[in-house]
Amino acid sequence: MGEGCAVWLYAVIRDDLRERLPSARGVAGERVRTVVEGNLAAVVGSVGQRDFAAEQLARNLEDLDWLAGAARAHDAVVAAAAACGPVVPVRLATMFGHDDAVRGLLAARREDFRATLDSLAGRSEWGVKAYLDPDEPVNAASAHSGPALSHGAAESAPGGTGSAYLLRRRAELAARRSAENSARDWAQQMHERLRRVSTASRLLRAQDPKLSGHKAWMVLNAAYLVDEDRVERFRAVVEELIGWQPGLDVELTGPWPPYSFAVSAGVRDG
Amino acid sequence: MDDTALPLERPIALVDLLDRVLAGGVVVTGEVTLCVADVELVRVSLRLLLSSVSALAAGSADSVPGGLEAW
Repeated sequence: MGEGCAVWLYAVIRDDLRERLPSARGVAGERVRTVVEGNLAAVVGSVGQRDFAAEQLARNLEDLDWLAGAARAHDAVVAAAAACGPVVPVRLATMFGHDDAVRGLLAARREDFRATLDSLAGRSEWGVKAYLDPDEPVNAASAHSGPALSHGAAESAPGGTGSAYLLRRRAELAARRSAENSARDWAQQMHERLRRVSTASRLLRAQDPKLSGHKAWMVLNAAYLVDEDRVERFRAVVEELIGWQPGLDVELTGPWPPYSFAVSAGVRDG
Repeated sequence: MDDTALPLERPIALVDLLDRVLAGGVVVTGEVTLCVADVELVRVSLRLLLSSVSALAAGSADSVPGGLEAW
């Protein structure tokens, strides 16, 4: 690599798996390579300063197209490595000035990386998202004390339209509270069932409706680390949850490289 | 050496991908790294992403990039 380059870090793997990595292109279209230190290998690529120097990178990350392209390219490399064996994915846009700094990281954190790789071997990450549509007739019906009842109460109220409105409004608020309680309760039950067939779990933040395109409430966004030999059972539980409750929409994504389970692995610079 | 041989046929929604590559993965910070601080990165890019999406939604459907089919 020449001057004006930075080293983009995709993932850390065991050195003995490095020969099995397929040839791949990275976030800058560069050929992905490895940097070895001890029994660890870092999957890296040399990226040009033009797009990846801090200032320009910050600007690029504000560009949705650029961010989407980088995210997909980064994931493609990490997933290709994950297909060969255990992998510790690294967060997007982690860069070093040169290969020696990467070797320094691998040496300094050798025990952490090895322990994490061991804990992730033979396991993959699965995502489960659940949505509840509060406007589904069946949710509205179970949440309201019944549309007929509230209308009836409104019509028979003596105070005219003002109190009719208040009664209706009160019924709507009660319905919403009730739907929210069901949503929380169902999410908790789903999470518990999925945890029983997985090794580890992590609750992710609910996705913004503007990003997900879902108008329904997101009641669960979670990641599960699942043993290879339990994947069928895990999927079967998800299948059961689809259609478990009326108005509840459940989605499965994966397998993912274990992004959500490399975070808390204690691999962190002091 | 075949660059197209990645074993991936997963249709991935960008929002699920960003959950992972921006909020997951090992965080390596310190003097060895070049990039912006990770926390700031997530915050900034998600904030701007939201405004970008709003802008996209305001435009015509044709302006939605091809990579965002799952939106």
